[in-house]
Amino acid sequence: MTEEIIIAGFGGQGVLSMGKILCYSGVMEEKEVSWMPSYGPEMRGGTANVTVILSDERISSPIINSFDTAIILNQQSMDKFEPAVKPGGLLIYDGNGITRHPERNDINIYRIDAAEEATKMGSTKTFNMIVLGGYLKVKKLFKLESVIKGLKKSLPERYHHMIPVNEKAIHRGLEIIKEVATVS
Amino acid sequence: MEEFVLMKGNEAIAEAAIRAGTDGYFGYPITPQSEVIEYLAAAKPHERTGMVLLQAESEVAAINMLYGGAGAGKKVMTSSSSPGISLMQEGISYIAGSELPCLLVNVVRGGPGLGTIQPSQCDYFQSTKGGGHGDYNLIVLAPASVQEMADFVSLGFDLAFKYRNPVMILSDGAIGQMMEKVKFKPQQPRSKKSPDWATTGKTPDRERNIITSLDLDPARQERFNEKLQAKYKEICKKEVRYEKIKCDDAEYLFVAYGTSSRICQKSMQMAREEGIKVGLFRPITLWPFPYNEIREMTGQLKGILSVEMSAGQMVEDVRLAVEGKVKVNHYGRMGGIIPTPDEIVENLKQKIIGG
Repeated sequence: MTEEIIIAGFGGQGVLSMGKILCYSGVMEEKEVSWMPSYGPEMRGGTANVTVILSDERISSPIINSFDTAIILNQQSMDKFEPAVKPGGLLIYDGNGITRHPERNDINIYRIDAAEEATKMGSTKTFNMIVLGGYLKVKKLFKLESVIKGLKKSLPERYHHMIPVNEKAIHRGLEIIKEVATVS
Repeated sequence: MEEFVLMKGNEAIAEAAIRAGTDGYFGYPITPQSEVIEYLAAAKPHERTGMVLLQAESEVAAINMLYGGAGAGKKVMTSSSSPGISLMQEGISYIAGSELPCLLVNVVRGGPGLGTIQPSQCDYFQSTKGGGHGDYNLIVLAPASVQEMADFVSLGFDLAFKYRNPVMILSDGAIGQMMEKVKFKPQQPRSKKSPDWATTGKTPDRERNIITSLDLDPARQERFNEKLQAKYKEICKKEVRYEKIKCDDAEYLFVAYGTSSRICQKSMQMAREEGIKVGLFRPITLWPFPYNEIREMTGQLKGILSVEMSAGQMVEDVRLAVEGKVKVNHYGRMGGIIPTPDEIVENLKQKIIGG
């Protein structure tokens, strides 16, 4: 198994930490993992993305330009990374703020309105965990308990009281992700 | 049994420094390696091992603090990125000229000048061919993973003390910023004993220890230089390190270190899927460079592509290694751009196979 993922959106959406939790979930199941952020003079509201690779084998390049999965959380990232999904691959996006929906017909497309759901749940910070839940529904990569363990590893102790609400968000994500179009 | 943790390359260096029993870290923050000093500050090494952590007023000050600490026989290190390492060159030359051990980490960013904060490998010449003035060499280690960022700290110190020579870990912004799994060695105690050459105060039973790089007598200075060169020759004989991947049946070869070697591994897989028999040679020590080990492969090779994030620096050493027997070309990106795996395959086809 090798899964090459790009998670892309605005800074402050929790893009990088979502990638980190995914990696730690992989570590819990003894996978090889790599997490390569776009770094730069970045700030809240600017674009942020991270390339995550999960594999049973030693990972070669942590830097890649085509992906099995793209998780897209704003329009700029849609423009940049929709073309970078491998044919037959997966694109998951949040419809919030999207003005041009994905157009490719050779990839599997799912939509998750996580921003809206996070507001409904009264905790906008759990946005990224809703998205993560949705992703795990489509790609059954890890046992849910590994993800929760990964979450614990990834969060500093002082935030451990936040784990139940994040767990709830992951479950919500599992429920609300919707298939838009799939290819066989 | 230590467990795997997920860490940035820069953080791994910092944790490994504490574990290696380092006596002192002196540095000045600069992107893309500020996580080293940031991690150390949060980890409170003075509570864990008594290690000194000091943010100097500049890189020039930091390297001279290393000079002093190393002279007293202590395990001392610094880390910086390209412009900061340039500022340190005078001190590095003095440390080499005084035959003192220390560990330097360069998390390279694009240059010249202030350049950019994105990853690059454009400091190869500076690291392997001098950098400061005088006939000296650093031992240069090139990690290609977060695990090696950690492992090369203790290896670097071992080599530095074995040869009384500064050692540099030559990394780049990509390895510094990326996270991978890493497993650390158990905590080593800080050494209580000083090497016999250290300036720790004269005792009645021995002569004064003098640490200096100055000797105004040309005859003595030449003898000292000959001694240095003999030491470098021994290092070249004993300390060459490299990794060969899928080289047994290779007709073509990528030579690449650090981040570029990781990308080339992917390019190698892609090219092999198309039936191109390409292998990867990864120098781990950039100085001493594995000249002989590359030369030994010339019989089986039709061409070599040296891949670096620079205008072509290591490629000169690859050419020296093969002595014109095999076609060698360079592919690289500059200014903080990282080449993609398919770009490299394309260049292998154009510059080596087709050209």
